[in-house]
Amino acid sequence: MKSILLAGLTGLVFGTGIVLSGMANPAVVLGFFDVAGAWDPSLAFVMASALLVTAIGYRVVLRRPAPVLDTRFHLPAKRKVDRSLFAGAAIFGVGWGIAGFCPGGAIPALGLGESSAWIFVASMLAGIAIARMARRSLAAARPQTA
Amino acid sequence: MTAILLLSVLGGALIGLSAVLLMAFHGRIVGISGILAGVLPPVSADWGWRAAFLVGAIAAPALLLMLGGPAVGFESPVPTSWIVIGGLLVGIGTYLGSGCTSGHGVCGIARLSPRSLLATATFMAAAVLTVYVIRHLVFPS
Repeated sequence: MKSILLAGLTGLVFGTGIVLSGMANPAVVLGFFDVAGAWDPSLAFVMASALLVTAIGYRVVLRRPAPVLDTRFHLPAKRKVDRSLFAGAAIFGVGWGIAGFCPGGAIPALGLGESSAWIFVASMLAGIAIARMARRSLAAARPQTA
Repeated sequence: MTAILLLSVLGGALIGLSAVLLMAFHGRIVGISGILAGVLPPVSADWGWRAAFLVGAIAAPALLLMLGGPAVGFESPVPTSWIVIGGLLVGIGTYLGSGCTSGHGVCGIARLSPRSLLATATFMAAAVLTVYVIRHLVFPS
């Protein structure tokens, strides 16, 4: 119960940050990417500020043996840069440039009651489901040699 | 302009604070695409905190309004069909690339993860290139 409540509060802090910073607004985000047009630097300030707080906070938190509500920190174990990472990031970037929404911007935008945000999130969930099915069927078809 | 700048820095700090909180209490990265993937069927065993985080994030604009916060601007300047195509690509790309702006761009870079640095440089460059092609080559206004 404590875990659910705290996760909800943390989500609230995240959503408030996204909305206040303008990152739920596709016009602002696309303005940052439009370096040859009327460039909007907002996103750079948001990221720099978020990074600074996270980097300092992580240094303090990750020194502890474990998080408060779990037995261990769940940090991504993968270290190697592979083709899937590069291709996935490139596909994500193209989609972001077309629609102006990224996942973190779109979720709080749902609460603004904007239909475009709902259409985006539905399409994105479909995309995740498609990619997951494709990866599973590929893994099932491939003989286990390693 | 100064007010917008201030809100960007304040909003960014709150995003960072949420990342620190989720790591301190749940030991988890604030990666929205990953959190979302865990509540899609077949749901992951720990879907509870994921769903709660998402509900909190969705509730944020309403709460801000109730507390008399600044008016939130919103403008989606592209046709609906683009939103659908963009959404599909964002879903596929973040799944294959194991993360998005929050997971790689904030949490990963804060940990100086080489994978996240490369992913962030790649999706930023791809987005800049895409907007350049759309706004200045295909549909110049």
